Amino acid sequence: MNSSTAHELHTRLRNKEISSVEITEAVFRRIESVEDKIKSYVTLNKEFALAAAREADKKLKSGENIGPLTGIPIAIKDNMCTKGILTTCSSKILANFLPPYNATVVEKLKEAGAVAIGKTNLDEFAMGSSTENSGFHTTRNPWNIETVPGGSSGGSAAAVAAGECILALGSDTGGSIRQPASFCGVVGLKPTYGRVSRYGLVAFASSLDQIGPITKDVTDAAILMNVIAGYDPSDSTSADLPIPDYKKALVADAKRFRIGLISDLMGVGIDENVKKAIKDAARLFEKLGAIVEEVPLPTFEYAVPTYYIIAPAEASSNLARYDGVKYGHRSKEAPDLLSMYYNTRREGFGPEVKRRIMLGTYALSAGYYDAYYLKALKVRTLIKQDFEKAFKRFDVLISPTAPSVAFKIGEKTADPLSMYLSDIATIPVNLAGLPAISIPCGFANGLPIGLQIIGEAFAEEKLFQIAYTYEQNTDWHKRKPSFAKASEGKPKL
Amino acid sequence: MKIDVEHVARLARLGLSDEEKKLYGEQLSRILEYAETLNRLKAEGIEPTTHSLSMKNIFREDKVIPCSDIDSIIANAPREESGMFVVPRIME
Repeated sequence: MNSSTAHELHTRLRNKEISSVEITEAVFRRIESVEDKIKSYVTLNKEFALAAAREADKKLKSGENIGPLTGIPIAIKDNMCTKGILTTCSSKILANFLPPYNATVVEKLKEAGAVAIGKTNLDEFAMGSSTENSGFHTTRNPWNIETVPGGSSGGSAAAVAAGECILALGSDTGGSIRQPASFCGVVGLKPTYGRVSRYGLVAFASSLDQIGPITKDVTDAAILMNVIAGYDPSDSTSADLPIPDYKKALVADAKRFRIGLISDLMGVGIDENVKKAIKDAARLFEKLGAIVEEVPLPTFEYAVPTYYIIAPAEASSNLARYDGVKYGHRSKEAPDLLSMYYNTRREGFGPEVKRRIMLGTYALSAGYYDAYYLKALKVRTLIKQDFEKAFKRFDVLISPTAPSVAFKIGEKTADPLSMYLSDIATIPVNLAGLPAISIPCGFANGLPIGLQIIGEAFAEEKLFQIAYTYEQNTDWHKRKPSFAKASEGKPKL
Repeated sequence: MKIDVEHVARLARLGLSDEEKKLYGEQLSRILEYAETLNRLKAEGIEPTTHSLSMKNIFREDKVIPCSDIDSIIANAPREESGMFVVPRIME
């Protein structure tokens, strides 16, 4: 039951074959049997979840107000505020933070009757690509527990892949939904900037952050988007545009679709197995009637340095709020105000967060602002223009989601720059504010490979159609980590 | 590239150990050298993009709406007294 999708379980709930309490209990049994190996979660709340499940069962019984997520257990990345439930951002500085309000997405899930089961691990403040920067623990990849699950939404992606939840929410600033989805063999969508409210998402880089679904298949991603997308007056950057029914976009038809294969992401630095899987996907699209051509996006090689000026600059400003005054950690060594700031932040932040605060502060400081920050903002314009040019010729663009499959734990921690380069294919999308989805498209050394499909702003429907078409014609998404078999001794659900 | 790590840390109100100062000094130099690849691009006359959607100021009606309950906000304070945040003395 815990390895089913939300839409499969919805049918069984409607037919009264199972109850939400049964599903929720199955998910918690799964968590109890695998969590000590995977470590997807920072906080679990079984009692709270079961209460929500009982509430959902009441609705299901009466038949009132039932939606596709009613009674479905969902995991939430621990950088989204949940009222009265710890929200830590996997940071020691927020280890005891109990939000006084719900993020808009959490509120929407509640209204939809979904069952929030826990908060998933991330790289501290979503800064990282492996969960190794978590202030608490490193999450493991269910396909091979020696490797990372990706990041920063590694906890959410691992939980979905390991069947420790039915579906999950992640957030994506430079690839933090798509790269872990790719590494864990699941589906991850970064919506267009402004499509989903950021209210209650703890800010990392405000011009890049976006919340989105991490799910077992494309249908579940569309269902979750139907619930979380939409204008929110509490987020001044949310777009006041009508929201289509994304489920209607799930049509298996790629005929006459113009697909651009990004040649700048098929060269040096991309693993041969990954390139082969992407080429195979391109050939399949051609077979299905799409027109596939290579497209150069020459400014892409500048996307990573651009991002690593802009994102830390915004972060250094956003994270100024952690000063030990109103919430979170305060150093015991605080004889005066300045020492309180220095010591609180020294004790509360981990190494990567400090590194980025330093980098961002430097880039914004007097004398360097024009050379680094302003220059990066101009290059951001050029990257955006590259995309605009490409979308005159193509409906969607495709590329690998990540340059390789999941890497070994500890492999990249000594060299921040090599870690940053693992986001080379996802970062340009955030800089331009576009939507992109990662779907499973093959395996190398027993580890999943992800195909990234990029669309124009607010054209999520095209992504869903192309992703769904691919999924209907392949069965990568049906494979489960062999790790899942480790618990076969337990009662089958 | 030489970076005045102590100056930057002071601007960021970030306490660093000597070891951290050395490490970040080296790492930031490397990252910034990498960032200088941006200088290969001519960007004169290009408008900077601060935001992917072109947005102007967003206004809302100036209406009183209830805020989160004050007790649960104050409950997060590291130190509080009678519904107020307590901080070290600022003025002598």
